Amino acid sequence: MANGSGRPLSPHLQVYKLPRTALLSITHRITGVGLAVGTLLLTWWLVAAATSPAAYERAQHFIGSFFGLLLMFGWSLALYYHLCNGIRHLVWDAGKAFELSEADRGNQIVIGAAAVLTVLTWIIGLAVW
Amino acid sequence: MASNSKTLRSPLQIARGLGSAKHGTEHWWHQRVTAIALVPLTIWFVFGVIRHLGADHAAFVAWLQSPFSALMMVLTAVVTFHHAQAGLQVVIEDYVHNEMAKILSILAVKALCFVLGAACVIAVLKISFGA
Repeated sequence: MANGSGRPLSPHLQVYKLPRTALLSITHRITGVGLAVGTLLLTWWLVAAATSPAAYERAQHFIGSFFGLLLMFGWSLALYYHLCNGIRHLVWDAGKAFELSEADRGNQIVIGAAAVLTVLTWIIGLAVW
Repeated sequence: MASNSKTLRSPLQIARGLGSAKHGTEHWWHQRVTAIALVPLTIWFVFGVIRHLGADHAAFVAWLQSPFSALMMVLTAVVTFHHAQAGLQVVIEDYVHNEMAKILSILAVKALCFVLGAACVIAVLKISFGA
């Protein structure tokens, strides 16, 4: 970036093209918040099952509705992404794979694994439904 | 302290290694420990959910009445909410800069996580011990 002085500018988020590692990093946080919201459905599901068959039916009916399935798809993708990228963060925490080439490969592995696991889950899920 | 030292921190502060916030790496470490625990728990949970898609109430209750399933579901709930409140706290600390709003929202998130986690545990125990 040119600012006349030839010195580097610090990145400004509105004009700065995020590198893929940065995009994956903020996605990890967004999916984490999304999954935290998803615990509301988990709680509803368990509490409904503990309350009565009728309450459980209402929860199952919501989950099976179009909107429910849409939420479930989003949450399954978020869960797998957060899981895969979380494992990658644990690798980083162990002090490994910090080279740019390794980070790029990690990006591809995380995106690929999250996508494959999500599709696989839905194929199996819809088959056994 | 030796006269050639450039630090203003006392030897005791350095030895304790808890930094200015007085908590050291405890919060960070808890996030990592719960993350590691959640790897097997999440895999169990996903398989459990897939196996009980569209299950009726009797089948679902029968699943959670098995001691192993009840154990795993309680662990999943407790560790998930512990991990969630730790993560959400960091998100709030990063983006909410008004001190009062920050503290109140962190307290609210933690309270909600405790309530939801307890509700999940009680629900599983009720199913597990109930008829």
